[in-house]
Amino acid sequence: MTFVAKPRVHHPRLPVNEIGLTRRDYEGSVSTLCAGCGHDSVSAAIVQATSELSIPPHRFAKVSGIGCSSKTPSYFLNKSHGFNSVHGRMPSVMTGANLANRDLHCIGVSGDGDSASIGLGQFSHIVRRRINMLYIVDNNGTYGLTKGQFSATNDKGSTSKKGVPNLYEPIDLVTMALQLGASFVARSFSGDKKQLIPLIQAGLKHKGMAFIDVISPCVAFNNHSGSTKSYEYIRENSGSAMAADYVANAQEITADYEPGTKEDVNMPDGSVLRLSKLDASYDPHDRVGALSYVMRQQEKGDVVTGLLYVDPEASDCHEIMNTCATPLNALNEAELCPGSDALAAINQSMR
Amino acid sequence: MTKNQSNKADAVRYNDLVVRFANVNGSGSASANGMFAKALFRMGVPVATRNIFPSNIQGLPTWFEVRVSEQGYLGRREGVDIMVAMNAETFAEDVASVSPGGYFVYDSTKPLDPKLRRSDINEVGIPLASLMMTEFSDLKQRGLFKNVTYLGALAELINIEFDVITGMVASAYKGKDALIAPNIRALEIGRNYARDYLTAPLPLQVRRSDAVGDRIMIDGNTAAGLGSVYGGATVCAWYPITPSTSVAEGYEKYANQLRMDKTTGEKNFAFVQAEDELSAIGIVIGAAWNGARAFTATSGPGISLMTEFLGLAYFAEIPAVIWDIQRSGPSTGMPTRTQQSDLLAAAYASHGDTKHPVLLPSTPKECFDFAADALDLADRLQTPILVLSDLELGMNDNLSDPFEWDDSRRYDRGKVLDAAALDATERFGRYLDVDGDGIGYRTYPGTHPEKGAFFTRGTSRDEYAAYTESPEVYEENMRRLELKWRTIAKAVPAPEVVNRDQRIGVLYFGTTALPMTEALDRLRVEGIELDEIRLRAFPFNQTVVDFIDKHDFVFVIEQNRDAQMKTLLMAECGFDAKKLVSVLYYGGLSISADTIQEQISDHFTAQKLPRLTGVQS
Ligand SMILES: Cc1ncc(C[n+]2csc(CCOP(=O)(O)OP(=O)(O)O)c2C)c(N)n1
Ligand code: SF4
Ligand SMILES: [Mg+2]
Repeated sequence: MTFVAKPRVHHPRLPVNEIGLTRRDYEGSVSTLCAGCGHDSVSAAIVQATSELSIPPHRFAKVSGIGCSSKTPSYFLNKSHGFNSVHGRMPSVMTGANLANRDLHCIGVSGDGDSASIGLGQFSHIVRRRINMLYIVDNNGTYGLTKGQFSATNDKGSTSKKGVPNLYEPIDLVTMALQLGASFVARSFSGDKKQLIPLIQAGLKHKGMAFIDVISPCVAFNNHSGSTKSYEYIRENSGSAMAADYVANAQEITADYEPGTKEDVNMPDGSVLRLSKLDASYDPHDRVGALSYVMRQQEKGDVVTGLLYVDPEASDCHEIMNTCATPLNALNEAELCPGSDALAAINQSMR
Repeated sequence: MTKNQSNKADAVRYNDLVVRFANVNGSGSASANGMFAKALFRMGVPVATRNIFPSNIQGLPTWFEVRVSEQGYLGRREGVDIMVAMNAETFAEDVASVSPGGYFVYDSTKPLDPKLRRSDINEVGIPLASLMMTEFSDLKQRGLFKNVTYLGALAELINIEFDVITGMVASAYKGKDALIAPNIRALEIGRNYARDYLTAPLPLQVRRSDAVGDRIMIDGNTAAGLGSVYGGATVCAWYPITPSTSVAEGYEKYANQLRMDKTTGEKNFAFVQAEDELSAIGIVIGAAWNGARAFTATSGPGISLMTEFLGLAYFAEIPAVIWDIQRSGPSTGMPTRTQQSDLLAAAYASHGDTKHPVLLPSTPKECFDFAADALDLADRLQTPILVLSDLELGMNDNLSDPFEWDDSRRYDRGKVLDAAALDATERFGRYLDVDGDGIGYRTYPGTHPEKGAFFTRGTSRDEYAAYTESPEVYEENMRRLELKWRTIAKAVPAPEVVNRDQRIGVLYFGTTALPMTEALDRLRVEGIELDEIRLRAFPFNQTVVDFIDKHDFVFVIEQNRDAQMKTLLMAECGFDAKKLVSVLYYGGLSISADTIQEQISDHFTAQKLPRLTGVQS
């Protein structure tokens, strides 16, 4: 497959953002994922979210692991550097990238295999390190790129495409992140543009690591009724916390409804999506409360979406380490090399 | 030996001895032993120290060996002249390791087991425990000061200038003045006992010399850490593993000292103890991808974990500096013993067709220099650089030429396009070989609003970093990487050659250099004279090929079982196996002059090779 550049025709009527750029300036190459893949909706949401934030597109750094999900940084923000790195190791590469230049906006994209299996260790430790970044997991409950094996986020009892039931307990990255001390934890659905875009924006503005687990159905391997990550399942079992708007594929469906109401939306495949109201009583500043809420809902088989926890006062890795304001990659001899006089003194101390 | 049995002056051997201390790990002996070595160094006498220690924090036996040599032989030689045996558990092997005519110093509070006695060595009993009993009431103090007391006795026995030692005690405990007096008292107790009850000094003595010159005493790991500070490393990510840990710790210490704003405490470096070596190398690669100079330090097991990333960095052409302080084998092997056994694992680390430049330092000074050079080379060559040191060099205090830094030196950041350069570029191609040396131009993320951004991935991309799986494009890229490899061979540190117009040569690298001068001097006495080449890097340049070509054969000396350097020379340069004769040692101590001498001499005998006659030593 060869790289396809999108024709860069500016539509005269495309709205411009505060720095005079249109959505087009935030787009990526044409996706090579399966048509209808949830991951593409996430990429689209990133495009819209970043363009609305009016951040110059080249000031992002995109890093991913390996998987269909990890391919997606190609499909947004073409003007920024991207790094499709090693399976499960996006967190370490992103840590290095962020240490090198604290001024860049860091977006890490990973998959459920990438983050909940091979990279579970790195996932845990980047939460602890509080790297200033947005960490998105495109969670499809399967290994898309290797053709449909179970992933660790599969619910016990759900069946694979071949009809084999999963015998093992699932790993939930959201509750893990909460327990590990993440300062921003959210869950959303790839098709829910209205919820996802503000979450992405909030995550990018958050200082420290913002984690969003995005349920992102795999239409090739996990979109059948036996799966608990299929469109149908999520649609029927999603109770939303906070911004409880819930819309499938952003380009195709929009929803506009008052807070505190519910709305049914017709999906392209004919199913009906129930949007539940924003729960005003939900306190997103209570870590323990968030944990118990998510777990209680899980017991009922519901997937809570929305901003589950945020600590607006959070610090990031640079603050913790007290690194200088100038990006480390911009320092040179004058700042970095102590020089020959200091060395002479060190020599003397070794005598 | 009885008192007042005077030694004839002409029988005294000066500045030429091996002292070995046998202690219990964690007993506080290390600082006393270190002081012993440092005192000789301060008297201007060349010394080399070796820790022979277990993978243990407290309780197991540990040895500390000090080689004292006026000639400056800093490698290991066999034989122990003075054994300071402070660990009853190892008495038997400690007695056995003393050279005939040597001295066995022990705590004579309890009599020595008669079964351990040897008629060909001298016993020097000092009732340390009972001396401490009368002097110090506190149990812990008794244990600690015992070490200082034997140091005082040794000073008398081999004639170390006493005020050099007391001066060191004073500076070591500066600020903790209450500790100075009892330490000095303990030294005096030892000295006085030796003076009053032993035959002192022995016919093995030290005396002031100028042989040290302006050299300093430091371990290779600290030197590497310091060199990384000087070389401009801003990100150090690592995971603890013996014997590499002190590289990172050395970096942190000097970076805190030299790279921190004294008023705000702001640091212009990031120091990250990662969760494992996978993460450590990932952080380094991410940082370097984003334009920071970054390095990690590890040992063999860590290299194994890093190999996937090393492959990616090779193909994606990302700089990185990786220190491998080699040890013997895997996790539960001999982690506190030295070897040169990661050579092939480093040179060919990872999947696919990968090769990596490997630097081979021999001295602390070279560790310092290579630390900074490796950062330059990584940026210039856009590839991971592995630096192979070992426990011997890394963790032992050794004499070293003082470090030097040229203030006019500029960091070589390699081919990086800034915004202005991008403006002047018509079409940027990350992997375009513009200069014909196989190395393209990089850009850092965030440089330019319109130009220079690219997507980094493994190999499935063309010269413009665009996705493709075309076989032709893949092969073309691999050929360019071969060309780059030839550029690399010219850029890495060149070997050092000593030409004596001989038909047979000897090739060595790393810490094998330490006993080499001594081994060659001894061989010369046996009528064996050799040309020398000390390798300082892989890939091999033309000098290496020419050296081997022009000799009948070349001894290849290395500290591993499988002759890894020989394998590499055969694989990379096509040499015939017969042309390279292995001299191998892999017992986990550093290779000794005796081993080298013996194996080379035996080969000459076995092959009936002619020896020179009338050679002067
Ligand atoms: C070390 C390593 N092991 C295995 C693979 C093969 N592999 C590629 S993608 C993948 C799973 C990806 O699953 P996920 O992260 O959920 O991404 P998805 O494709 O589902 O979006 C695997 C196992 C690999 N690339 N590297
Ligand atoms: S296999 Fe699944 S995850 Fe991968 S692109 Fe297709 S739909 Fe998306
Ligand atoms: Mg997946």
